[in-house]
Amino acid sequence: MMPHRYAATLRRFWISSLESESEYQLNLVLECLAVVGNLAGSVFVLSLLFSGQSSLGGWSWDEALVVLGLYTLLDGFTSCLLQPNLSKIVNHVQQGTLDFVLLKPIDSQFWLSLRCFSPWGCPGLIAGLILVATGLRQSGAPIQAHSLLLGGALVISGAAILYSLWFSLAALSIWFVKVWNATEVLRYTLVAGRYPVSAYPPALRLVFVFVLPVAFMTTVPSQALLGAGSWHWAAGSLLMASGSLIASRWFWRFALRHYTSASS
Amino acid sequence: MPPNTPMITARGLSKTFRVAEKQPGFQGTLRHLIRRRHRDVAAVSGVSFVIEAGEMVGFLGPNGAGKTTTLKMLSGLIHPTGGELSVAGFRPERRQRAFLEQITLVMGNKQQLIWDLPPLDSIRVNAAVYGIDAMETKRRISELADMLELGEELHRPVRKLSLGQRMKAELLASLLHRPRVLFLDEPTLGLDVTAQARVRDFLADYNRRFGATVLLTSHYMGDITALCERVLLIHQGQLFHDGELEALTSRLAPFRQVRLELQKAYPQAAFECYGTVESHQEHQVLLLVNRERLTETVAALLTRFPVVDLEVNDPPIEDLMRSLFSAAAVSDQA
Repeated sequence: MMPHRYAATLRRFWISSLESESEYQLNLVLECLAVVGNLAGSVFVLSLLFSGQSSLGGWSWDEALVVLGLYTLLDGFTSCLLQPNLSKIVNHVQQGTLDFVLLKPIDSQFWLSLRCFSPWGCPGLIAGLILVATGLRQSGAPIQAHSLLLGGALVISGAAILYSLWFSLAALSIWFVKVWNATEVLRYTLVAGRYPVSAYPPALRLVFVFVLPVAFMTTVPSQALLGAGSWHWAAGSLLMASGSLIASRWFWRFALRHYTSASS
Repeated sequence: MPPNTPMITARGLSKTFRVAEKQPGFQGTLRHLIRRRHRDVAAVSGVSFVIEAGEMVGFLGPNGAGKTTTLKMLSGLIHPTGGELSVAGFRPERRQRAFLEQITLVMGNKQQLIWDLPPLDSIRVNAAVYGIDAMETKRRISELADMLELGEELHRPVRKLSLGQRMKAELLASLLHRPRVLFLDEPTLGLDVTAQARVRDFLADYNRRFGATVLLTSHYMGDITALCERVLLIHQGQLFHDGELEALTSRLAPFRQVRLELQKAYPQAAFECYGTVESHQEHQVLLLVNRERLTETVAALLTRFPVVDLEVNDPPIEDLMRSLFSAAAVSDQA
């Protein structure tokens, strides 16, 4: 590993992808509109869920806003990095351009995961942060350094879990070539993370913890931010994040052994 | 790599692919969905060769012969099923950094340049990936651009470049790290005659300047005849010929073409004792004469007939290969 070379490469990657994206300025306006529209929709549904009751699965309105904020933040991260990079893996395999990545003296997972940076996810990141701050302030929960730190770490591990799942699904394209549907299903399942996991029926809750760990992406970090974090959940989340990162790495190496390269 | 060791060594190189078989039609599709049947296809079997540093070798064969599969094994993209392989002292399938820094693979039908941006942006990405500093990058870009006769094209978005300009830029991006081994898969595919000649000249120049080893596949025999003294002919996954192009021609065609222009017309039967009459038109005769009897036959023809002009040629290599491959296709079907 050569940190300097990787840092220089990442800089070049992102400069060139920003230059590419700057050819399509209208996208920024459309993306801002999409974020505002999506947020308005989510807040409206949340208000419907709260109509006639003051809590949703034990969460107050303001606390639920924190969950929604974290979801928006994660969605912005998805648009900035995951979507533009990981969705290209399938194309690389199908068109045979993965060959060029594999021939470079640089980690192929690093290349495939960070090659592009799309600025269009930034409105989501900003909106998410504002929503989290608003929810936290209005909920009246004491804002403490250690809860912010724990919450932040848990958000990062949530993002790491999401990345690993998505990357591993995309790696399946080495065998099955077309796996767009699977990655789309993953992205739409994430929508479940807009609301606290405890708002769902028990069976779904189990799915969101053990099968598609949506709970670790928004609900658990929100609890920590609100000062109600449990160290058990936090430890579980961190364990799951490191486990899934290692697994995605191992799985990619395994997949590459089976790579046959698209024929010419 | 110890001195005097070959740059590329392949011993008994084999690659078998598992392919799913599907019958045509709806029933076939249903059966394919429920229970897939697989078949092993040997793309390359037992190929051995040695290439010394600095050699330029042509890699010939019809579509599906195993050329690209071999190139991909040599560059470490796919793992061989059997045999031993060494390139620049490395085992390619391990894809070690030091190995990847010494090789490049250029594919005429695929491109690595970013479509919306000028080639320079992709080239700078490569410079960062290979850890080449800014000054050195600039120097190398200007040297290669001179050799390739590339100028302001490097500043124009790739999508606005012609196919020839794009291939030249692609070559620049692929050679920036100055690889010692070049694997070129159809680098002149789709290019017009001028652009083909430019790319050929460049490759010869690069090989001379940097002593690079080049393994080149091409459907254009012109590329091979212009650049490579030695050819490897791969056919149905096996090595059919390894040696000089000329030797391949004599092997494929034990005949030479003798074209005669005569002062007066003779009947076809008059020439049949000298060889096979390929064409006969009043004063012009085209004969296929056995190589071993060429000198005596030519002498006899000159004595017997009033010859105005006489020309001895090898049959075009394209024709020879076509007949070899179609003969094999017929024997496959039989």
